[in-house]
Amino acid sequence: MKPLFTRGPSPEFRLLVLGLLAVVLIAADHYTNWFQSTRERLSGFVAPLYWLTDAPERVGEWAGEQFRSREELQEENSRLKRQVLLLEQRSQLLAAVKAENTQLKELMNAAEMVDDRVLVAQVIGISPDPLEHVLLIDKGRDDGLDVGTPVMDASGLLGQVIEAGDAFSRVLLITDASHAIPVQLLRNSMRSVAEGTGHLYHLKLRHLASTSDIREGDLLLSSGLGGRFPAGYPVGEVVSVTRDPGRPFAEAEVLPRGRMNRSRFVLAVVGDRGQGLAGE
Amino acid sequence: MQANNRWLVAATIFLSLLLAVMPLPQQWLWFRPAFPALLVIFWISQLPQALGVGFAWLVGILEDLATGASLGTHALALAVLAYFSLLTYQRTRAFNPLQQLLWVFVLVGINQVVGNWVHGLEGKTVPGLTFLWPALTTALLWPWVAPMLRGMSRRLDIR
Repeated sequence: MKPLFTRGPSPEFRLLVLGLLAVVLIAADHYTNWFQSTRERLSGFVAPLYWLTDAPERVGEWAGEQFRSREELQEENSRLKRQVLLLEQRSQLLAAVKAENTQLKELMNAAEMVDDRVLVAQVIGISPDPLEHVLLIDKGRDDGLDVGTPVMDASGLLGQVIEAGDAFSRVLLITDASHAIPVQLLRNSMRSVAEGTGHLYHLKLRHLASTSDIREGDLLLSSGLGGRFPAGYPVGEVVSVTRDPGRPFAEAEVLPRGRMNRSRFVLAVVGDRGQGLAGE
Repeated sequence: MQANNRWLVAATIFLSLLLAVMPLPQQWLWFRPAFPALLVIFWISQLPQALGVGFAWLVGILEDLATGASLGTHALALAVLAYFSLLTYQRTRAFNPLQQLLWVFVLVGINQVVGNWVHGLEGKTVPGLTFLWPALTTALLWPWVAPMLRGMSRRLDIR
């Protein structure tokens, strides 16, 4: 027989207990990292959700690959061949420069630059929360990724891994409002910190001395300070510098080099990290 | 209460989680309807003797895990929402569609306010009242989703 009234604790009591429990969880999750490993283990449940939502995209890509015409493929092939030729020529040049550089560094007794091992990962989702810039990628601890692994694309740094499951990671982008990355100018090695603003095309350099030598078009590289990001990868380009005499500091706006919301494939740098400041 | 086609509840909740993480263009993210909240309101009004605050809380935890929010954010919001739905489900059944729509707006609005409060604790600031957009889009979905699900649950004899 159907019970006429609900049994057990009243809804008020349940709300009180579960509400308090939720508040405790929120506080614990925010101020400690107790749940990091739980979350990572439960990614086995989360990853399929993102795989499923990504499926239409992948079917579309697959269909696009399958039904490409012969001419298109040939054209692409020859274009890629030309590109490979160009890149090879450039890398030959680079090899010579690199050898010379190592030699010079040996002369100066400086630490040797280590080649980073990179891994190609596919973006399978973005965070549904409009307040955070987080990508989900299809590589995890099984592939050597860990919390803190830097992630980049062909044109610049994108961000770092903040949660690594077995075959699934969350990547916090450098444009997220809670992110900051140590950088230096390519032109004069001036150091600063580029903060995310929550906008996909904006980074900010705050608290620059108003006399500092920085101007539009300057390229910013990661400085490697802090040991999180490897040194020498492009971060962004200065688009404007504000020097207000009424304020103690100058500010600069930076356009990130990495294509934050357009990269389908990204590179995870799983090699050695924290080589210190390059070129000093 | 016999064990019957309760799998429909689980299946729709799973679907709502999928919709909650589906990729959308950046500028549309603010308008994504709160699908899990919609489903919680519907199932509580449909099965108030079986589902309640605890059910909503569990859905919330799953949503937190799926979206990567702080553990407990959606659990808290949905538990509060479930409590108010439980208090009012007898009245809302007698409402006309427009009144129901408005009431769903208020319920999801409460859900969003709680979620926004947690965001505030974490230091994420939201411009103005943008966090209430999902309440509006969810309310506008209600007149379509509710009759559809009601028809399905009647045919499957879910009690």
